[in-house]
Amino acid sequence: MSTMSYALRDSTTMVRRRIKHMRRYPSLTIQLVGLPVVFLLLFVYVFGGTLGDGLGAGSGGRSEYVAYVTPGIILMAVAMVAMGTAVSVAMDMMEGVVARFKTMAIARVSVLTGHVVAAMLQTFFAVAVVLAVAFAIGFRSDANVVEWFAAAGVLAMLAFALTWLTVAMGLVAKTIDSASNMPQPLVFLPLLGSGFVPTDSMPAGLRWFADYQPFTPVIETLRGLLLGTGIGANGFGAVAWSAGIALVGYLWARKLYNRQD
Amino acid sequence: MTANITQPAIAVRGLRKKYGEKVVLDGIDLSVAQGKIFSLLGPNGAGKTTVVRILSTLIRADGGDMRVAGHDPVREPNAVRAAIGVTGQFSAVDKLLTGEENLLLMADLHHLDRREGRRRAAELLERFDLVEAGGKAASTYSGGMQRRLDLAMTLVGSPQVIFLDEPTTGLDPRSRRDLWQIIRELVAGGVTIFLTTQYLDEADHLADRIALLDQGQLVAEGTPEELKRQIPGGHVNLRFTDPAELDLAARTLGVAGRDDEALVLQVPHDGGVHSLRALLARLDDASIEVEELTVHTPDLDDVFLTLTEKKKEAVR
Ligand SMILES: Nc1ncnc2c1ncn2[C@@H]1O[C@H](COP(=O)(O)OP(=O)(O)O)[C@@H](O)[C@H]1O
Ligand SMILES: [Mg+2]
Repeated sequence: MSTMSYALRDSTTMVRRRIKHMRRYPSLTIQLVGLPVVFLLLFVYVFGGTLGDGLGAGSGGRSEYVAYVTPGIILMAVAMVAMGTAVSVAMDMMEGVVARFKTMAIARVSVLTGHVVAAMLQTFFAVAVVLAVAFAIGFRSDANVVEWFAAAGVLAMLAFALTWLTVAMGLVAKTIDSASNMPQPLVFLPLLGSGFVPTDSMPAGLRWFADYQPFTPVIETLRGLLLGTGIGANGFGAVAWSAGIALVGYLWARKLYNRQD
Repeated sequence: MTANITQPAIAVRGLRKKYGEKVVLDGIDLSVAQGKIFSLLGPNGAGKTTVVRILSTLIRADGGDMRVAGHDPVREPNAVRAAIGVTGQFSAVDKLLTGEENLLLMADLHHLDRREGRRRAAELLERFDLVEAGGKAASTYSGGMQRRLDLAMTLVGSPQVIFLDEPTTGLDPRSRRDLWQIIRELVAGGVTIFLTTQYLDEADHLADRIALLDQGQLVAEGTPEELKRQIPGGHVNLRFTDPAELDLAARTLGVAGRDDEALVLQVPHDGGVHSLRALLARLDDASIEVEELTVHTPDLDDVFLTLTEKKKEAVR
């Protein structure tokens, strides 16, 4: 077998290892999925009536708001899983087994790719749960199969990027607490973007941040694909941000993992 | 003899490592012959784990020449990794997986095919007395069981050179004996073992050669017997029933080491049978009644204390 296929095989082994962890200890996954679901229900049922009217489009009210907020909640789920990944990586690094991996003749980065790929699968699970709840409370999409696949692709890119970043955070963290605190802002980025209310309703400074932060183009692209609103330059923005974050996250993680001191 | 047999499994020259200002390894030379047990002995903080971590490619040294299984850990880390197995000081099992899953994980990472992997895992569970526990999460294992699983995982890839960093620290005496037995079997199978320990009796029992590490320097190296011979300290204790006998014996033998309260006389002695017989003959000739006689040969504790003390005095 070639080096390349060994690398693939080792990574697959490490993904299977992580999936076994997740299935055996599902409580972390449940927590990660739980928060976005609670936010969805909270925003739709408590604030949804008023916020929906404020959107100033369509019929207004709660049913309008479910459609508006669902892409934001989906990104919150993506960010939650990324946060969980930082914790899992930090816990893994404190176990001696990673030191064992480092003394073995295996594809070196496979430990990290195992975390990233497993986290992406976990992300799709979390997004599926959020969507199921959203559909149950009235979310409807007019997307065709191609648009659904495109939406999945956009989410996969973002999940890939964010998990590489949080893998690095998990590696740099000295404690489990700091590993869970560092990525915390990611979870709240959808709130400080176009996830919950349109950015033009925000005060100037905040609006500037909301318009230019990475989650907003991704949310707008998702909205465009699922609800048929305009995408415009947001599609490019979503891809560019994901690629940039992925590159920074990957290089940072690899550097941290390979240090020998 | 072929070159391959004479080539040492591990060769180290001038190994140095600093953490910040602190010198942890200050120029270490070692050579470990193939198929032998080599023990690096030293107190806590001596630098044992640092040596293991450098030789097993986990960290970089600041200087020195090294060969492990014929390869340079710095320039050919993967060749070294392919030849070694490491059981570190701290448990290196995946605690979220079962014992069996841990072994199968190792089999997959060594690219064994599925059937071969299962066979190897089953064989190791059997050999390490983990068949019953094989299906339970490793987090539920006792210290001794985790150690055994750890070592079993190290063996999945059939390494030529095995590093064991304080393998028995924290184990109960029985688990310790069991592990010693396993280590002896491994060497009988031809592998080389680099063992670190804080326990003199462990090194004494297991090792073909011992190096004594103290504060980053080797203070002695040799077979257990050679080390014991390096220091005086062998003596015979003679106990008497009354002080007059003690006095007489002290005068006859001309020695000063006496304890008047316990009625014990300490006579320097090299441990040989001849000199013991000669000593008894002198006592007999003088008609001295000896209540009890005990022979004390220097053990590694004496060696260790003597050598580390000497070094401290030299520093002062
Ligand atoms: N990562 C590190 N950073 C700073 N000092 C270290 C580090 N690792 C080990 N040391 C120091 O190096 C010395 C030797 O440590 P170690 O090799 O673990 O000793 P041993 O295994 O013999 O107990 C100790 O004084 C320890 O504090
Ligand atoms: Mg140590």
